[in-house]
Amino acid sequence: MPLTTIAGRRIHVDDEGFLTTYDEWDSDLAAYLAERIGIQLTDEHWKAITFLRQDYAEHGETATLRRVSTAGGVPTKQLFVLFPKKPAKKMAYIAGLPKPHGCV
Amino acid sequence: MRQLLVLGAGTAGTMVVNKLRRKLSRDEWRITVVDMSDRHFYQPGYLFLPFGAYEPEQVVRPAAPLIGPGVDVIRAEVDRVDAARNQVLLLDGRSLPYDDLVIATGVTPRPDQTPGMLDGGQWRKTIFDFYTYEGAAALAKALERFDAGRLVVHITDMPIKCPVAPLEFTFLADDHLRRLGRRDRVELVYATPLPGAFTKPIAAGRLGSMLDERKVTVEPDFLVERIDGTRLISYDEREIPFDLLVTVPLNMGADFVARSGLGDELNLVPVDRFTMLAKGYDNIFALGDANDIPTSKAGSVAHFAVDVLVDNFVAHAAGRPMTGRFDGHANCFVESGAGKALLIDFNYDTEPLPGRYPLPGAGPFRLLGESAVNHWGKLAFRWMYWHLLLPGRPIPLPAHMSMAGKHTPVPGK
Repeated sequence: MPLTTIAGRRIHVDDEGFLTTYDEWDSDLAAYLAERIGIQLTDEHWKAITFLRQDYAEHGETATLRRVSTAGGVPTKQLFVLFPKKPAKKMAYIAGLPKPHGCV
Repeated sequence: MRQLLVLGAGTAGTMVVNKLRRKLSRDEWRITVVDMSDRHFYQPGYLFLPFGAYEPEQVVRPAAPLIGPGVDVIRAEVDRVDAARNQVLLLDGRSLPYDDLVIATGVTPRPDQTPGMLDGGQWRKTIFDFYTYEGAAALAKALERFDAGRLVVHITDMPIKCPVAPLEFTFLADDHLRRLGRRDRVELVYATPLPGAFTKPIAAGRLGSMLDERKVTVEPDFLVERIDGTRLISYDEREIPFDLLVTVPLNMGADFVARSGLGDELNLVPVDRFTMLAKGYDNIFALGDANDIPTSKAGSVAHFAVDVLVDNFVAHAAGRPMTGRFDGHANCFVESGAGKALLIDFNYDTEPLPGRYPLPGAGPFRLLGESAVNHWGKLAFRWMYWHLLLPGRPIPLPAHMSMAGKHTPVPGK
């Protein structure tokens, strides 16, 4: 896994820049990652990201949009507003989780 | 006497009871399977029905003769699983106790889950699915009439049964329209929630360029929110008007799974991906499309997974640890039209790669490349399904994926 420097820290990422080590993430890093893809984090963004982090810790998989909406309580429509175009991918990136595999 | 109860007599359920019946002593184990339907459908055949290539009789048979001797069959609908008491309650009021339970009730297309799909007045008029027998038959009539306009092939959300089938449908529709001399009057659109033609990069590239070659417009990252009359509308307000929509509705597991508290948000049973044992239970397995393992929902996966589960179950029944580990092996023929097909072979860790299968170098099947032999393989598979696969007879294909005969393309070449 490539090692990169983000916000002055050494971080493990995959080829597309998704973090590969759960514990290297914190909220400062999230804000930095969000900025990189043009997103200013608000409380609403944090609701989704916090759910993704917790759900991943419990289940070992990055939640799908449907799961964030039904179990995490943020409607899909809103996720498209908060993380435009590719919400599943952008949320995972900011939350420091693997890209959702989209299920073959 | 111990009781193994299997819910669902589809591809996975039929295979597992037939295989386990031969492995478990009849003095020790009673095996019972519960299913509502007295007919068994060859679901891969649905793809060909809309093009008139198969007759309806070729894809449906009476279910009873497909279940081997020594297996009890109960025709009933499941109300719920009472896991705390190791029993299954049926809607007719009966309860069935079990020592071990296998949930193999698959997934079903649910057009009711998208506003405007089933209830917008266009269902089976301009909106069709081909994942049900009735849908595929109705679509055959609509395609016959369809002379000009925009044909949209659409996937509601992942995961779906046989994730390559919508692509195959598109390739076959292109070929079909060409043969009828209507292709230049029809605009073909492929709308998918995925970022491209398929999930795995190398196959997505190959299949994506096959769509380009056939002048199919791909609408990627399209997640439908609702259907308004004859327009698909996505969550981010994109619109795709259609004259004929061939959609794959949301696929969900059985409702009793939700009522039993055993399912996730799509009523799929979360399982250990290596043993198919339901998370939190030591006597409930979920097999085939009914579980949440991260690989294709396909008969080939069910077949390879059954091989692992059967050996594990024999060990489990004898009180020994389950040592078999399923690797997510899938292989699928992908019809590409004009009498050709591709074959893809992959698992949890290895994406579909080019090469030869099952014998390295010799094939006869080509991986990730079009050939007539692959197409004949797909057609021959129907016979294998009825005569070898469902009865649980040996098929000379190993359960675990092999890297022999595969090669990884060098980027940029």
